[in-house]
Amino acid sequence: MEYVQSEANKHDAPDTPLEYQSETGRLNILGFWIFLGAEIALFATLFATYLVLIGRYADGPVPWELFEVKGVLIETFLLLTSSFTCGLAIHEMRRHSLKGLVAWLGITLVLGVAFLSFEIYEFIHYIHEGASLTTSAYWSGFYVLVGTHGAHVTMGIAWIVLIIIQLFQRGLTKQTTRKVFVASLYWHFLDVVWIFIFTAVYLYGMVIHHG
Amino acid sequence: MNLEWDEFFVTGEPLIYAADVSIVLTTIAIIFVLTYFKKWKWLWREWLTTVDHKKIGIMYIFAALLMLFRAGVDALLMRAQLTVPNSKILEGQHYNEIFTTHGTIMIIFMAMPFLIGLINFVVPLQIGARDVAYPFLNAVSFWTFFMGAMLFNISFIIGGSPSAGWTSYVPLAGDELSPDPGQNFYLIGLQIAGIGTLLTGINFLVTILKMRAPGMTWMRMPMFTWSTLITMILIIFAFPVLTVALALMTFDRLFGSHFFTLADGGLPMLWANLFWIWGHPEVYIVILPAFGIFSEIISTFARKTLFGYKAMVWSIVAIAGLSFVVWVHHFFTMGANAAVNSFFSITTMMIAIPTGVKIFNWLFTLYKGRIKMTTAMLWSLAFIPNFTIGGVTGVMLAMAAADYQYHNTYFLVAHFHYVLISGTVFACFAGLFFWYPKMFGYKLNERLGKWGFWFFMIGFNVTFFPMYFLGLAGMPRRIYTYEWADGWFNLNVVASIGGVGMAIGFVLLVYNIYWSFRHAERENEGDPWDGRTLEWSTPTPVPFYNFAITPTVKGLDAYIIMKKDREQQEKTYKPIHMPSYSGLPIIMSAAFFISGFGLVFKWWWIAIIGLIGVLVTLVLRSFDYDEGYYVQVEEIERIENAYK
Repeated sequence: MEYVQSEANKHDAPDTPLEYQSETGRLNILGFWIFLGAEIALFATLFATYLVLIGRYADGPVPWELFEVKGVLIETFLLLTSSFTCGLAIHEMRRHSLKGLVAWLGITLVLGVAFLSFEIYEFIHYIHEGASLTTSAYWSGFYVLVGTHGAHVTMGIAWIVLIIIQLFQRGLTKQTTRKVFVASLYWHFLDVVWIFIFTAVYLYGMVIHHG
Repeated sequence: MNLEWDEFFVTGEPLIYAADVSIVLTTIAIIFVLTYFKKWKWLWREWLTTVDHKKIGIMYIFAALLMLFRAGVDALLMRAQLTVPNSKILEGQHYNEIFTTHGTIMIIFMAMPFLIGLINFVVPLQIGARDVAYPFLNAVSFWTFFMGAMLFNISFIIGGSPSAGWTSYVPLAGDELSPDPGQNFYLIGLQIAGIGTLLTGINFLVTILKMRAPGMTWMRMPMFTWSTLITMILIIFAFPVLTVALALMTFDRLFGSHFFTLADGGLPMLWANLFWIWGHPEVYIVILPAFGIFSEIISTFARKTLFGYKAMVWSIVAIAGLSFVVWVHHFFTMGANAAVNSFFSITTMMIAIPTGVKIFNWLFTLYKGRIKMTTAMLWSLAFIPNFTIGGVTGVMLAMAAADYQYHNTYFLVAHFHYVLISGTVFACFAGLFFWYPKMFGYKLNERLGKWGFWFFMIGFNVTFFPMYFLGLAGMPRRIYTYEWADGWFNLNVVASIGGVGMAIGFVLLVYNIYWSFRHAERENEGDPWDGRTLEWSTPTPVPFYNFAITPTVKGLDAYIIMKKDREQQEKTYKPIHMPSYSGLPIIMSAAFFISGFGLVFKWWWIAIIGLIGVLVTLVLRSFDYDEGYYVQVEEIERIENAYK
């Protein structure tokens, strides 16, 4: 993949990670960083929308009646830990250990699925309490912001499952390691977004806004 | 699901029956021609599955010309209706639908695709690259744009067109006041096309950042490449906002959420803000590449290096930055306080400064140039005064206090047509004439081109200049009829006559394309205009790998320097890596279309089938390890020798 001849040589050094050794690999990873820039714009818009709609509860429930510290802390713990295990997976990949990579990716997936289960349970609970997408502008903003993050996590889980299959089929190659690395960037990004959701939605809804 | 066939197809209007008949006849004709000449396989292999940036660019331009025709017919219908007071050609609802589709198609499905088509064709050649960074993604971009456009267009005969204006302000565009599927077509058609635009943004940003030929430093990049780079950054940060805005309104209409509703805490002004946070950068997304095109053409035909190149670059950057902090000027009169209006008034006026810098730089490029009056140059020269008229009236509108007088009148309509037509549309035509020989190996006819230019350019002024005065005389935009007593008859007649002139100009362009295809003299070398940038260093038609040997850039106007040096490079070819063609992009986009169609009518099972189709194609792509192939040296030698 010699698109840019002048840069070809410096990437042949033996300590260059596999995913950076091909031109396609380098281009795809850079492109994905830029895609994450667009994702930041997307979530920033959703956060702005959510923040503008705070206080617009119509006759529906208010957030501090429904939010529970325990569930949110468990979700946060699960997702932040999954980001850590995802980092360990990349560490194993850099050590050329396919076994270690797949094992840590598997643990990441389990944590991700657990996070999603808690979130779905939380949503069902709120709906039972009378707060659904159609209740008020505030809850519309809540479900679309938190739900978009949840949908991203779901996509991430499906994506990593597909990559694990390819790792079993092909082992560690320039292509598969690139895919793992890009998926890991995505996963860490979701973690960062969650920190903002934790702050702007739950912490603000439970403590600052109410207090 | 409640399917009612008698409401499914739009009926009752002679225009719509005519559209039905013409769509059926065109479809039959296309199928017949492709079958008779046995071209199905050719079409699939060479075009529908292509990942070649040059072919994708040409398809973009072809689609944009079709859309220009459709939205141009909308415009003529509006002019027909408004020529005489109390006219009965169109009913109010139908008029609303027509100005909505006119605006939406012209911006989203004509201007942007036309420019992206030119960018696709030219920019990789201009930077000495063999393709874009992600050729497969490029095909996905085109096909999602195309399917989004088709979804939007079929609303005319199926389900009904949107009628809330291209800005789709709520509550008018909400479920209660627009219960028909028309608005859903708008939301979902734009959403699907928007995917393609964002991918284009990422693709070309990386292409320009990473794939420039050796020696092409930042300050040696051609102006069109610079303007593309900045435009792509605008796309990457603006389009996600549109994605969210469209999604939120879709949720409101389909699932009963309350983002923009009047009841239950919804906030209609939130729509206006989100729409214009995207929408204002959007008008620079369609004007900055135009500036780039004019810069190339003016410097080529004045036979001089662009004057004030660095100032040009920095003004584009400044304009792009400012474009994100002016959006409130689209609703000065909607109740923001004086401080807010003042801030946005000042930032808006500031845009005139870098734009003025550019105007002077173009003029100084012309100064003492040995000017060649080609058709492309005529369009570029006409741009300067016309665009300035549009710009100066823009500054008038930027004064918040004065805007209370002008807003929602034909003054505004005149202003934005002056900037968008003399900026973007002139640039599209100029670029088409300029790069046509590179695309097809022959020039468009200059004589027909100049006739077309004069008809269109004069027609344009005759149409829109009177509208400034109609606006000052109080004629509101978006009205479908008026009274004799209003006194707007004379100027409206003038405007309609101008519209006919523009239509003749367009017909001459289309005829020119046909005439030149049949009769124009074929080029045998690749540099018909004595070009300055790298795209002219390739033979014509451009081989699919663009450059047999990657060129080395020694300065601005790289090809001029090469021509002066005349050094004979040693021709030792190396195998060239190329991507494989793929049918997945068109299939994936068709699945998007099916899914979107289901959502428009709330036929969930169709939506889900389409969505499954999208996911399946994504999985197939993930498991596709085809990394392309190498063109061998013998093959390159054979192709290159054929040009001698």
